[in-house]
Amino acid sequence: MPILLHCHKGIGPPVTGTALVAADNFSARYDLDRSKGVFSRPTHKLFGHSYADRILVLDTSKGGVATAWMLHEMASRSVVPKALIFNRVNPITAQGAAFGNVTLVDGFEGDVTQLFRTGDELRVDPAAGIVEILNRDG
Amino acid sequence: MRLNDEEKAMVAGDVGEVRRWAISHQIAVGEFFDAADFVPVAQAHIMADTESLGEAGVRFLEGLAAAPEAERWVRVPAITDPRGIDFAVYRRLGQTPEMAALERRTIAALRAFGVLMTDTCINYQTIMPPVRGEHMAYGDTGVVIYSNSVFGARSNFEGGPSALAAALTGRTPRYGYHLDACRRATRRFRLTAPPRDLSEWGALGGIVGEVCGSYWEVPAIEGMETVPGSDALKHFGTALASFGSVALFHMPGITAEEAVLAERAPAPITIGAAEIAAFLNRYAAPDDKLDVVVFGAPQLSLFEMEAVASALDGQRVNPETTVIVGTSPEIKHAADRMGLTSRIEASGAVVAQGICFYQSYAREMAEANGWTRLMTNSAKLVNIIGGYGYRPTLASLDRCVASAVAGRVL
Repeated sequence: MPILLHCHKGIGPPVTGTALVAADNFSARYDLDRSKGVFSRPTHKLFGHSYADRILVLDTSKGGVATAWMLHEMASRSVVPKALIFNRVNPITAQGAAFGNVTLVDGFEGDVTQLFRTGDELRVDPAAGIVEILNRDG
Repeated sequence: MRLNDEEKAMVAGDVGEVRRWAISHQIAVGEFFDAADFVPVAQAHIMADTESLGEAGVRFLEGLAAAPEAERWVRVPAITDPRGIDFAVYRRLGQTPEMAALERRTIAALRAFGVLMTDTCINYQTIMPPVRGEHMAYGDTGVVIYSNSVFGARSNFEGGPSALAAALTGRTPRYGYHLDACRRATRRFRLTAPPRDLSEWGALGGIVGEVCGSYWEVPAIEGMETVPGSDALKHFGTALASFGSVALFHMPGITAEEAVLAERAPAPITIGAAEIAAFLNRYAAPDDKLDVVVFGAPQLSLFEMEAVASALDGQRVNPETTVIVGTSPEIKHAADRMGLTSRIEASGAVVAQGICFYQSYAREMAEANGWTRLMTNSAKLVNIIGGYGYRPTLASLDRCVASAVAGRVL
């Protein structure tokens, strides 16, 4: 049986993809080289990793307001995370997900950076407030 | 969300497609944060730099701007955050005509909504400060935290699309810092030694921000023996918002609201001279070749412009180093009139108006100019700019100027 986890109702379409997990935070401006599609902030735990088409699992969003436009810009070039999963986000990330039609959920019971592992195959259903880990048994 | 008849009409498209998009976007965000309803706002402040927008964002704005004027005109005064291009100096900074062309298209689109092109992140010092209790849709973290804290205004971080939506509907979802429940202090800090300059005020903001680490934490800073000035609180707040994503702080006896402690607020954390020095030392790079010095982020006040001019008087910037001084159009005009701009430029420094360094294609500027080592007195900027490939150093204004003259980090 896949592991089923409940969260707050989110934003964006249902998606399935592979998790990339770190106990770190997220800002499209502070952390990414959006032209190359990689984490570019040297101190970020995902430095050098590609984020394109991955389901990012991180602690929280941080910093400034640019992510609200940037997720839309990244989606227009199809170099964008497939979904974003956080413990709790700030308004900018939610606004950016809504504007860019990027899947976003938060508000789980427990720490998402412990609940999920890099390489997990996830199905995210924001409208239902559910994330399934498809390649691990509960 | 509970909607009134006017809001229902917008959702139905009865007042046009532009306002239908705007309120639909706001409802999606409001429902994510469990907002009960909307609250009217007095101003909107729109971040729309073209590096963030890209071609896709500019086309989106142009699409809305093509609607009939009655359907697209803003319903509350709407102003802009810094742009990415100062047309007077962009070639000198290594920016391209293509970037300038995208900027011109964006400006044309925003003007079509009736947006006032203030191009500033210090509107609370230069345009129209809010009044205590006023609900706003401000689109710059530094503007939000200063306005919420110092003035007692009520705003969340409103990114560009949401601030534009608020301007078009005249309202915003009532969640976060529009609510009393979110404004209680959740963290306590005790200051044992006052910061000595703006770089140290920023460092203090960085230290507090790293401990808070969440938009939903509200720090109270105790132990303030003197009243900080507006520029000190500006640098403190912008760094706190940048390092911690924090949108409100309390300084009992100084900021607008009584610091009501949340039940779970832990014992205070002490911060003194040693902690501030350690923070600055994280960015130390003694004797490193210095490529660019930036005064900005946040844009400089008139008093900061005067301080830069005085520090540069009689000095000549090293030919291997570029000095950029960024301020708002209003302050630039004042600085021109008062002779500050000419004093700064006599040293070889560049004065840019209406931009912010990190919102100005920082990565492309670095590649075009061969810049790596950056020095600044802005803690906010050192936090942001590493992701763009720079190696930043944080230091006082005087040390930045001395280093710019020497061409290496002193």
